[in-house]
Formats: sequence, structure tokens, C-alpha cells
Amino acid sequence: MAIHDKLQSIVEENEVVLFMKGTPDFPQCGFSGQVVQILNYLDVKYKGINCLESDEIRQGVKEFSNWPTLPQLYLKGEFVGGCDIVREMFQSGELAAVLSEKGIAFKAPAAMKA
Amino acid sequence: MPMPAAEIARMIKQSLPDAEVEIRDLAGDDNHFAAVVVSSAFVGKSKLQQHQLVYKALGGTMGGALHALQLQTMPPK
Repeated sequence: MAIHDKLQSIVEENEVVLFMKGTPDFPQCGFSGQVVQILNYLDVKYKGINCLESDEIRQGVKEFSNWPTLPQLYLKGEFVGGCDIVREMFQSGELAAVLSEKGIAFKAPAAMKA
Repeated sequence: MPMPAAEIARMIKQSLPDAEVEIRDLAGDDNHFAAVVVSSAFVGKSKLQQHQLVYKALGGTMGGALHALQLQTMPPK
């Protein structure tokens, strides 16, 4: 199966996918760790893909999304961004808005409850 | 193979001539930077598209010679 098809099926079969360095329990890069913290804080269920285990995935996902770095967050098959964008979206409340818009379960922090 | 801040700014300005670029070396190793880029090319573009424009300007260096770039982009006020 071509890497593009493999990646396509991963992002379609899982509501939330984080291509990262390391695993959710042991992120091995500061940027991956920041996104893991945000997703855990919002109590979002997600699939972590450790790109350090497969060069094919590590290179393939960069072409797949036209984004040169990791981590990469996908919500319902759509590429949302890397660490900077996810952090900005989280701080502005946009991430919570996109999650609810896409019907993805999460726990809105007390501060965000209008 | 680290990359000096001036080179990053030069590459960005080559593709985004009106860009104002502010770069901070986070770790003093020419490898971990934070950059703020302001350009009219970002008007009407999503954050994702804005960052992609900057990465395109940096050619293949992002993720290669340039290990970590914390990026903030915005159109001019």
C-alpha cells in the first residue's frame, strides 16, 4: 500500500491523529510534547503516531500535508497545523470551537465556559 | 548544520519582499529560533497558509538545516 494511501486511511479511521516524535506517554520532542499537553488538557481522545519508528511515515506525512515538520495534528481527516498553530488556536479558544464544530468530544476547561 | 538568523531573514524577504522579520535565537546555537513575520501576503489567508508561505520561502531548509522555528505570522495592522 503506497504511503499516501496508508496515511489517508489513518487520518480517516481516527477522529483525531497526532503525527509526532515519540508517543503520547513519552513525547521525545518539545513541540510534540506541547501538543500532547494541550490535547490531554482538553481530554481529547487521539491516536499518536510515532514517526521516529518509521522513516517512511516521517517523510511521507510531510509531503502528505505539505508541511515540513512534526508534530502534525489532524481532526477528522483535515490537517490543522503544527505546534505553533495548535497552541495559538488553543489560546484563542479556536481549537475548542473547531472540536465542537466537528463533533469531537473534549472537556472544555472552566475558563472557557461562556 | 545550523543556519544563522540573517540567512533565515534573507530567504523570507526574498519571497516576501515587504515582510518585516524579527528573529530571536532561542538557544544560542543557530538551530532553535522564534520568528515573527509581518507581510501583506498574509492578508485573507489562514494561519496554516501563512506558515506554509514562510516554509516555502525557506525552501527545503525547514526541518533540515533549520531544526526548530517557532513561527508567528500576521498581516500588517
